[in-house]
Amino acid sequence: MRLPLLILGAIAVAALAMPLVALALHSDPSAVDLVNRFAGPSLAHPLGTDELGRDMLLRLLEGGRVSLTIGIAAAVAAAAIGTGIGLAAGYLGGWTDRILMRFADGVIALPLLPLLIVLAALDLGKLGIPGWFAQSPAISLVRIVVLAVLVGWTTAARLVRGATLVTRQRDFVRAARSLGARTFHILWRHILPNVTAPLVVATTLSVGDIILLESVLSFLGLGVQPPLASWGSMLSNAEELITSSPLLAIYPGAMIFLTVIACNLLGDALLTRFDPRDALTAGR
Amino acid sequence: MIRFTAIRLVEIAAMLVLMSFVIYALIGLMPGDPIDLMMASDPHLTTADVARLKALYGVGQPLLTRYFAWAHAALAGDLGYSRLFAAPVVATLLPRLGNSLVLLGSSFVLAFLLALGLGIAAARHPRSRLDAAINLGAFAGVSVPTFWLALILILVFAQGLRWLPAGGITDAGDGNIADRLRHLVLPVATLTIASIGGYTRYVRAAMRDALGQDHIRTARAKGASEARVVWHHALRGALVPIATILALSFGTLVSGALVTEEMFAYPGMGKLIFDAVMGNDYNLALAALLLATAVTMAANLAADLAYAWLDPRVVLR
Repeated sequence: MRLPLLILGAIAVAALAMPLVALALHSDPSAVDLVNRFAGPSLAHPLGTDELGRDMLLRLLEGGRVSLTIGIAAAVAAAAIGTGIGLAAGYLGGWTDRILMRFADGVIALPLLPLLIVLAALDLGKLGIPGWFAQSPAISLVRIVVLAVLVGWTTAARLVRGATLVTRQRDFVRAARSLGARTFHILWRHILPNVTAPLVVATTLSVGDIILLESVLSFLGLGVQPPLASWGSMLSNAEELITSSPLLAIYPGAMIFLTVIACNLLGDALLTRFDPRDALTAGR
Repeated sequence: MIRFTAIRLVEIAAMLVLMSFVIYALIGLMPGDPIDLMMASDPHLTTADVARLKALYGVGQPLLTRYFAWAHAALAGDLGYSRLFAAPVVATLLPRLGNSLVLLGSSFVLAFLLALGLGIAAARHPRSRLDAAINLGAFAGVSVPTFWLALILILVFAQGLRWLPAGGITDAGDGNIADRLRHLVLPVATLTIASIGGYTRYVRAAMRDALGQDHIRTARAKGASEARVVWHHALRGALVPIATILALSFGTLVSGALVTEEMFAYPGMGKLIFDAVMGNDYNLALAALLLATAVTMAANLAADLAYAWLDPRVVLR
């Protein structure tokens, strides 16, 4: 558990400290220097420069900031929405439960990547989203977070629903109800604390999945748009130059790999810590 | 079981109708207009032609009217004409579906057999060094971005060592079996590496579960050989969850290799869907997406049926 946490922490701190690194290197991630294109590692550019002479290290840190922000924001949002739906389904039961869970099954049973590509390629102007927002650089970030939440809420919803079904029959919940506690109070104080552990595990694992999804969409040109850059969009630019300067593609891919494997190992370690018995048989 | 299957089939049909409408509506929201594209690419088109084309394609009609016109034709077996390939949609889809099945089928079999060996080896020695190494390798497999893996393989084996072609399905010319196989090696390797990690973790978990059961202890107490215990008694119990996962992942066979196919310029369904969506080829994108949806849902049903068939304790409702 210590190593993945350390790796994730180091990447996050470095990405946040990017402005300081830029200051130390007397450069910034978008500074173009066409004379020094494809430069090798040097004191001024520890990892060399890319096809426009931009500092590779700073670009990687900047890309990491974008990728991590999307991963964490979308994972937390998906967990929150999924928790709401799961609580509603599990506590209310009946038709609400049946409809919500059929819907979740339906989402799980779809070929997600092709459908996400359609959604990612939609013309937001035709959806009636105002032009100033549809054209702003932040829109590509919002779009990916929305897409990731759209497919990601089901995990949390099923987890929370299952736990709610079990917990609401327990004596302390019935006692609370007989004392006149409101539904919201029961859900918040009695049921939710019982699902926190699996929810944290699932959210940690989903950060990795979402970073992978973001990188695929950005790589296909449907994710993060310039001037913003993520690891996936950096790889997309580097693909054309793969023969002449393979390092431009190897660095961002290695960062994605490192981050995602750290998330997965951390999730696995958390699972073992929360429930040592469960970890032996868990599928992932 | 028959009742369950019938209900699920009805559900799948309803879901497909719903999805066909959703996808139809979404595709109308994509940037660009196919007739504007035709006009841009053909200077001989006059304004009158454009007006005629727009009337023909129903541009300006309400969404529902257009959808019903499409659905009516589709139910009669006419899925329309692909704009990108200038051929009927069905004739474009089928060969690519075949290509995808070849690519995915071979990597599926390869990944599953390797995962079975690795997963059982890990489960037989829990918490050993071997177990830890296999587990770490499996995590690496699920964490590697497929497109990056493909790039690295191309870089090493196609650019560096020049052993294998970097893309396509055959060299220009005849394309005999040996040539086709050479073109399959790198995409199959990419997909296998990308999927083996997940399978290994499932096999490992299922086998660990199975090896902990009472009847295994009984078999050992009766003096059954370790090989018999593992391969006969434990694997049987482990096969139920494994079969479910296999049936589920079969659903991705149609569309799951989108990234790999795109990287290796392999003419399969995934690449077809991507190209059709990106190229405003509405008819083709719609049919391909629906086909992928139908296969994925059918695989889900197959997974449930396999589960009930293999484990008599499961009652389907």
